[in-house]
Amino acid sequence: MKPRTTIAAALAGMLSLAAVALAAAPVASSAATSCAKASLALVHAGQLTVATDAPAYPPYFENNKPANGKGFESAVAYAIAGQLGFGAGQVKWTVEPFNASFAPGPKSFDFDINEISITPARAKAVDFSTPYYTNPQAVIVVKGSKFAHAGSLAALRSAKFGVQVGTTSLAAVNAQIRPTQSPQVFNSSNDVVTALREHLVDAIVVDLATGFYLTSGEIPHGVVVGQFSASGGDNWGVLLSHHSKLTGCVDQALAKLRSNGTLSSITSRWMQSGAGVPVLK
Amino acid sequence: MSATSTVVVIGGLVAALVLSPGWRTIRQTYLSWHYFRQILPSLPGAFWLDARIFLIVEAVVLALGLLIAVVRTVRAPVLFPVRLACAAFVDLMRGIPLLILLYVVGFGVPALGFSFLPTDEPVLAGAALAMCYSAYVSEVFRAGIVSIHPSQPAAALALGLTRPQALRHVVVPQAARRVVPPLLNDFIGLTKDVALVSVLGPQEIVRVAQISSDFSFNYTPYIAAAAIYLLLTLPLIRIVDRQQRRALRRQNAVVML
Repeated sequence: MKPRTTIAAALAGMLSLAAVALAAAPVASSAATSCAKASLALVHAGQLTVATDAPAYPPYFENNKPANGKGFESAVAYAIAGQLGFGAGQVKWTVEPFNASFAPGPKSFDFDINEISITPARAKAVDFSTPYYTNPQAVIVVKGSKFAHAGSLAALRSAKFGVQVGTTSLAAVNAQIRPTQSPQVFNSSNDVVTALREHLVDAIVVDLATGFYLTSGEIPHGVVVGQFSASGGDNWGVLLSHHSKLTGCVDQALAKLRSNGTLSSITSRWMQSGAGVPVLK
Repeated sequence: MSATSTVVVIGGLVAALVLSPGWRTIRQTYLSWHYFRQILPSLPGAFWLDARIFLIVEAVVLALGLLIAVVRTVRAPVLFPVRLACAAFVDLMRGIPLLILLYVVGFGVPALGFSFLPTDEPVLAGAALAMCYSAYVSEVFRAGIVSIHPSQPAAALALGLTRPQALRHVVVPQAARRVVPPLLNDFIGLTKDVALVSVLGPQEIVRVAQISSDFSFNYTPYIAAAAIYLLLTLPLIRIVDRQQRRALRRQNAVVML
């Protein structure tokens, strides 16, 4: 068993360091852009059009209703909107499937908030804001599984994994766990959950916050074996069209939310701390 | 004349593409040499999974489709319940989207919890594909069987053949020959629907392309997968065309292009 308090302290330290570094970086670069509400380049004048996929899952959204302001990403979106000068009534939500969000051509949203990981390759096709969250990966099995007490990533190599397509989890499984059989890749997180429940796979990998949500309800016999970091970390950013004039303004808004503590209070309200979960190496 | 018009039409289409305002984006997003080279080595292995599923399912579909068609055309009163079951099966399988069938079989069969049933995803997906395509193919066979003129089985019976013998030696051989082109047409459809097995998790070629595309936000891997597919489907399509021409010559003594 790993010494949990030490890990908790280390994690907290890392997070706060990251937060300071992130808060300091973007302000200078984007300060030149005018972010007055009237001068923003918007898809629909007078309203901020925000996109996410459907269904929208907890803890990022509640009751599949992005417009209720509940859930982590809904709260972050409204906080950004507030910084840009939009009241809650001026924020309009639209559905954007993940696979369509990076298609070339004009976008139907001002920004898309959908647990999207920032990578250099993706940044060639779209714009990303600075990260609003860094999420570790979690390995989940059902109670009684022979992998339930795996203390390391190496002990998980022989497991048959299930992951959702397009997620950092899939890359993390391939790069860090390197399983002996190729993982099963599903269209949606619902299918991943079904595969685990019906023992079509031994283990699934999701981001930790999703892992907490799944083991608290969707998979009653599920247990979080442990957490690990995707290589390079898994930083989530708001997605905007490539070379969007709005990117700098969203970055400014996020910087403000970091420095005034709003982002961390939203985070601690909606996202369970991973401090109690063993770290797999 | 045809050469000139061909050059004008194809050249015009290419020019419209290359001169379009978004051509730079199209080239980077769909035709990136970098991503093409990156994905290409992983595609043939993934395609081999599609090919194996296709070959096995095709064999099952031919057998099952013919069986259903024969059962449905035999008029023995004692077989009425079997005919009814076959008709219901064909109606149901043709009436629901294949994707739903894949989910029901792929996630539903393991949920039954019987240890003798398979839980291997390619097997389950293959079973769903075979169910769907057997229904279509049985209708093709049945159309072939009913297209044989009644004088044929009547003559066979007059010569002293039993009903099963007449079916086996006179009706089915002629019917099968007649329906070769539409059968091949269905199999071209099947080669591509095999890609749907990815919803149950196996990493077949379209899924491998999608994974790469989702990581890079670039659609070139799909184009690469399509190119691999064409290597299989284009020869198949040519065979179908040739079969159709041969069938026309044989049946009507007419040569058509």
